[in-house]
Amino acid sequence: MVKDVFVAFAISMLSLVVPIANADIKSYEFAQPQMAQRFSDLTTVLRCPKCQNQNLADSDSIIAKDLRAQIQTLLNDGQSDKQITDFMVQRYGDFILYDPPFNQATLVLWIAPIAMIFIGLWALWFLGRKTAPQGAMLSLDEQQQLQQLLADNPQQQPSNGHDHGKD
Amino acid sequence: MTIQKNAAKKTFNKKRLLMVLPMLVAFALGMFLFQGIGQDPNKMESSLIGRALPQFTAKTLASPATQVSQNDMIGAPALINVWATWCPTCRAEHEFLNRIAAQEGVKIFGVNYHDQRNAAQQWLQDLGSPYVFTVFDPKGALGIELGVVGAPETYLIDAQGIVVDKLTGELNDRTWPPLREQYLSLLQGTN
Repeated sequence: MVKDVFVAFAISMLSLVVPIANADIKSYEFAQPQMAQRFSDLTTVLRCPKCQNQNLADSDSIIAKDLRAQIQTLLNDGQSDKQITDFMVQRYGDFILYDPPFNQATLVLWIAPIAMIFIGLWALWFLGRKTAPQGAMLSLDEQQQLQQLLADNPQQQPSNGHDHGKD
Repeated sequence: MTIQKNAAKKTFNKKRLLMVLPMLVAFALGMFLFQGIGQDPNKMESSLIGRALPQFTAKTLASPATQVSQNDMIGAPALINVWATWCPTCRAEHEFLNRIAAQEGVKIFGVNYHDQRNAAQQWLQDLGSPYVFTVFDPKGALGIELGVVGAPETYLIDAQGIVVDKLTGELNDRTWPPLREQYLSLLQGTN
């Protein structure tokens, strides 16, 4: 029962992830068949400037329709994918790209995760390194004193940890 | 003895640094995120700012026989207002546009965006026109060239036709003053 609910839940979650097929795509005609594929690729990686959490393929807003028609025209004109994305960036800024380029404005976005990893690794190394030399912090006098104490009370030598909970 | 004491002190300092470091990182992250609060996520920098108006030719709203281009908008600082009859915010700002055109003598060009000629002409007849002329852009072709996202949008251009600023949304008593300041300084620059 619980399992069924879980499976149903998982499937419904999955439907959110799977991109919604664009029913509109059939209505665009291209000079060459492979342009249809490039069209669907481009409208997937380009973001709708109006409804910002949708790509151009999914959005029904006026501007998304205009831009889809524009991409179709540019494709039929024989423009490359790069030329088409440049065309969009020139008018709508880097914003229109779902994959933001590396520049001053996106510096934090790109650097922060990598920096976090290095800070984490450094912290691990720093903490791990510290435990070893701690024993050496005793002065010579203190070390002698310790040896003395251990020698005097052999039955109280430090346990190796296996006999916890015996008493 | 002193060397060992110094060493102990050093580890103590390092330990303290290690304790403070996460706080500093959290604080920096907090500041970074805090400055984002209240910022409008829909506000986008127009990539047209600092660049010349795009080249275009289009018919005017008034007459399909009259053709205009970007050159007809160049010569003095002016506003370019993108509007449509289906756009409620355009209706809301229309009186304001009329007022600054009539009272402050602001030069405004219209771009009628994704609209029907009859409806748009009727709108100007009923409400009055603040525009020197309106470009008829039923397919949004000029809109794409300008980087229009949706109506209303208002661009400020200088006498050379360079786009100086852009307002997305309603022009009103609150949004006009900062644009007005730039407009007036552009006017002074040309005189």
